[in-house]
Amino acid sequence: MTDIVQVQDLRKSYDNGFEALAGVDLTIREGEIIALLGPNGAGKTTLISTICGITQPTSGTVTVGGHDILRDYRNARAMVGLVPQETHVESFEKVVKTVQFSRGLFGKPRDDARVEEVLRSLSLWEKRDNKLMQLSGGMKRRVLIAKALAHEPRVLFLDEPTAGVDVELRRDMWELVRGLKQQGVTIILTTHYIEEAEAMADRIGVINKGQILLVEEKDALMRRMGRKTIQIELADPVTEVPAALAHLPLSVDNGRLVYSYDSHSDKTGITGLLNEIRDAGLHMTDLQTRQSSLEEIFVSLVKEDA
Amino acid sequence: MNLHAIKAIYIFEMSRFFRTLWQSIVSPVVSTSLYFVVFGAAIGSRIDQVEGVSYGAFIVPGLVMLSVMTQATTNASFGIYFPKFIGTIFEHLSAPVNFFEITLGYVGAAATKALFIGSVILMTAFLFVDIQILHPMAMVAFLVLTCTSFALLGFILGIWAGNFEQLQLVPLLVITPLVFLGGSFYSISMLPPVWQTITLFNPVVYLISGFRWAFFGTADVPVGLSLLAIAGFTLLCLGVIALIFRTGWRLRD
Repeated sequence: MTDIVQVQDLRKSYDNGFEALAGVDLTIREGEIIALLGPNGAGKTTLISTICGITQPTSGTVTVGGHDILRDYRNARAMVGLVPQETHVESFEKVVKTVQFSRGLFGKPRDDARVEEVLRSLSLWEKRDNKLMQLSGGMKRRVLIAKALAHEPRVLFLDEPTAGVDVELRRDMWELVRGLKQQGVTIILTTHYIEEAEAMADRIGVINKGQILLVEEKDALMRRMGRKTIQIELADPVTEVPAALAHLPLSVDNGRLVYSYDSHSDKTGITGLLNEIRDAGLHMTDLQTRQSSLEEIFVSLVKEDA
Repeated sequence: MNLHAIKAIYIFEMSRFFRTLWQSIVSPVVSTSLYFVVFGAAIGSRIDQVEGVSYGAFIVPGLVMLSVMTQATTNASFGIYFPKFIGTIFEHLSAPVNFFEITLGYVGAAATKALFIGSVILMTAFLFVDIQILHPMAMVAFLVLTCTSFALLGFILGIWAGNFEQLQLVPLLVITPLVFLGGSFYSISMLPPVWQTITLFNPVVYLISGFRWAFFGTADVPVGLSLLAIAGFTLLCLGVIALIFRTGWRLRD
């Protein structure tokens, strides 16, 4: 896979001294879906805005498809589509017109077939002659995606695409993003919803206080950071850890014993645990293992950074 | 040159104009007709000829200029202020366009609208007074240049404005007085000598004078000077816009 976006030591400071980006290095591979996770004010939107040309960097370089975003902005920006967080739209304009406008603005000749294809893929074709003010919030967001896709970008930035969107639309959106990936579009999305990153991303970047804390394959991250637990259901529920098992890393939850371990260490201690439970005369009725979610990983990462 | 972008902006802006076509036409036509009724017929009949032209005809170039300057300024300022206000400006800023292309799209559309309204007013004038145009080509040239330069001014205004009040303030407090005091309704030679000199610092004087020359062949200031003034004004506005886009002032943070 080739690298399509390269960000090097990108910094953005404001006049009041606030440093929104404090030296960001990030490489995005062609064709991947990368999710940028981070708390509010972490710098996610600033990073995206800077790459897309809306915010001027204080220092550092960004290239898209090898084109510098400042020196060679025409070629760089022509490759990029941006779906902003806020649903800013021209209320009095018709859906189809505003999508045609975006295509032209990005230097592409009028192509009604392409616009129709984009509108259909977003279930907007029936609404094409509606004024934007007549659409619901979710529909407006679809229009923004259609506008961003109208010029056939190679790289698509989705800034919190599912914030304030109902479950059904969120699923649709995920479906759409997967479809775009299949067409070879590189997708960078920021999100608060960790399940979204977990469901879609190939790689995860965690950003906090204007710095990238880590970028890693999602699966590797989950494996590396993921703690596993075994929940042991007993015939006779317990209220505290039996004395015979007190030396083990056990806790009690709802009458069950909970054992936590690192699933990747050589010795998980599971066999020993089960032997000791039997020796203590306890009867197990059920066993469940559970892997910690990305959310827990994320929280622990950001806490470490604080 | 991203011609598709210029075209897209131009068409988008013009479609807004056509959506409100009747409002766009009715208001200038009504107000111009009122001027003709009051100044042309009611008061004008008691005023002597000015420089060999009946007063009703004399004020036509000034009235056209008044509308054209105001329309060009407000249209262009609104055109660029609106996307800033609702937030859709992000699209322009992230598009592969340079300042000249964005300006050309917005200013071109605003100037077209102003030109259209100017023509409508001129046609309305023909209904009220008997006028002939001595130098039609020069008349069109002055009209187009005025539409363009004031649309450029409006474009700067739209980028500068932080709210709707400021957007209306400049046309109201700057352009209208300059036009009224710029010889729209009188010849500068009618003023006391001191004021004749002071008036020459009003840039609008040169535009109206040149425009009136195209109609009647008489001018307050030499026509060459008028052309120079309008060219200088256009270049100044373009320079300011280039600077704005280079620094990102009020556009990019």
